[in-house]
Amino acid sequence: MDWFLQQLINGLALGSIYALIALGYTMVYGVLRFINFAHCDVMMLGAFAAYFLAPPKAHIFPAESYIGAVAIIILSAAFCTVIGILIEFLAYRPLRRRPKVTALITAIGVSLFLEFTCQHQAVFGAATKPFPKLIPEHDFQHGPISVNSNDICVLAVTTLLLVLLWWIVRRTKVGIAMRAVSFNESAAALMGINCNRIISFTFGLGSALAAVAGIFYAMRAPGIEPLMGIQPGLRAFIAAVVGGIGNLPGAALGGLLIGLLETFAGGIPGLSNYRDGIAFAILILILLFKPAGLLGKAQVEKV
Amino acid sequence: MMPAPARRWLFAALAAALVVSWFSASFNRYYLGVAIDVGINIILAVSLNLINGHTGQFSLGHAGFMAVGGFIAAKLTLLTTLAFFPVSLLVGGIVAALAGIIVGVPCLRLRGDYLAIVTLGFGEIIRVIFQNSQAFGAATGLTGIPERTTIFWTFGAAAVTVYVVTSLVNSTYGRGFVCVRDDEVAASAIGVSPTRYKVTAFVVGAFFAGVGGALYAHHKTVMQPDGFNFLRSIDIVVMVILGGMGRTAGVIVAAIVLTLLPEFLREFASYRMILYALLIIGLMLARPEGLFVLKKRKTAGA
Repeated sequence: MDWFLQQLINGLALGSIYALIALGYTMVYGVLRFINFAHCDVMMLGAFAAYFLAPPKAHIFPAESYIGAVAIIILSAAFCTVIGILIEFLAYRPLRRRPKVTALITAIGVSLFLEFTCQHQAVFGAATKPFPKLIPEHDFQHGPISVNSNDICVLAVTTLLLVLLWWIVRRTKVGIAMRAVSFNESAAALMGINCNRIISFTFGLGSALAAVAGIFYAMRAPGIEPLMGIQPGLRAFIAAVVGGIGNLPGAALGGLLIGLLETFAGGIPGLSNYRDGIAFAILILILLFKPAGLLGKAQVEKV
Repeated sequence: MMPAPARRWLFAALAAALVVSWFSASFNRYYLGVAIDVGINIILAVSLNLINGHTGQFSLGHAGFMAVGGFIAAKLTLLTTLAFFPVSLLVGGIVAALAGIIVGVPCLRLRGDYLAIVTLGFGEIIRVIFQNSQAFGAATGLTGIPERTTIFWTFGAAAVTVYVVTSLVNSTYGRGFVCVRDDEVAASAIGVSPTRYKVTAFVVGAFFAGVGGALYAHHKTVMQPDGFNFLRSIDIVVMVILGGMGRTAGVIVAAIVLTLLPEFLREFASYRMILYALLIIGLMLARPEGLFVLKKRKTAGA
């Protein structure tokens, strides 16, 4: 039971990071109908932005303070927003009317470009860098269960961001426009929506969430390196598909599910070696039995 | 290429491989190694081209099939030291083809991006399985594999791959691959089963990837699961994209160029993947039909 609770807490913290990344995938898929492979690298850039802004590097913010951490997270998110919008503008916008596979290949290209440029000696280098502590850390002991304060922060911030996102998408004008573009781009354009601006906004929003996720992921990971985004990125993408791609609550649910399953499987001795494969096994099962995802609606292709 | 000249090309290539291998003892070992690399990459790129190019099913898991073929063949050679080398190659290919069926069947219903991710996932799962199975040396992989790959076997296998893929695609049956690529709905409406063609493409592609992997194993003499990750698949995908998807001749040229180029540009090795990435993006923006393609294909892609 204690083991179960412990894994549950770890799984929820990991799952909410996946959920944050998955939201970016699913939002972009909603408006453009393709997988932004470079999303996981935006997440990596977010972590690196925080690394360079953090107190040991730049002496702007007081060390290990909540105010400083919030400022660093906001600045990194702003940086990634710009990067996300730039990627869309430079690489994806010229291809919007081309076959989908062209956009997919370009996305892979952008992803590789970001990864290997950052890995180059002149940029960040391939070595793993220790991620600085942004907030004071405590371990809360409750009997045999220990809860790290970072995990609580991750859960709290994720919940907050999910509510905020839900509010943006459901209640604000730009959110309604986003849903309209996702529903039918040309009809949305006819209603006077500037689709390009909405798509840029979607990329920016998704990238900001990815930056936050990147920082949280870095706080839990042993360190950061340019390829750190690949594994969580793949899992988050799987989470988006499992929840039903294009569906926001689905992405959050899928993220939590993948995080929990992975943590529980990691705790079972025989299965722990296969951790990397588990998410993909889930993906394949979901696609076989419920291709539209848990919360997605099946669509019939019209000719 | 019509079937009859294709067969002539096959025999010419086999004869050339035989003649070259006759003199290979006098060649510089380094050049010989590079030449074998070129041959293996031709096999991999042409077989991936059947899946990605001709059939239009964007697969990112080719390294997985390669790993299956390589590990199985290497294990077989290590277990039965007297095994005839082509038997190892064939067994590697057949087991990889079986893996192709296992991957192909769930992929039937998937398209485009989904398929790309699932094949990527399968590639990763295959790697994780090898990484954790003691029989295949776990994370260290297999070492001390006898060096059996020669110029003859490599280019013989490459010639057979090119022959099989081109004559398959150009046969009456094979027009179905292009049909499925251009419009799946229309294909099924006229009685071409997309499912069957997709699985066929996966199985044939995986078979040759397995053969390529087996050659690779007996060329490098070590097999490490880490060498067959996502980036290895990307290497092959870049060859196919650069050569022009569905253009066998272009893909062969791309495989040769992209194998030789890193050898010449050793000092710029750290820029290799950046260059690949920029090439992919630039090609997709400016010339999506591929770099080594002289004229646009006559059939209109939908």
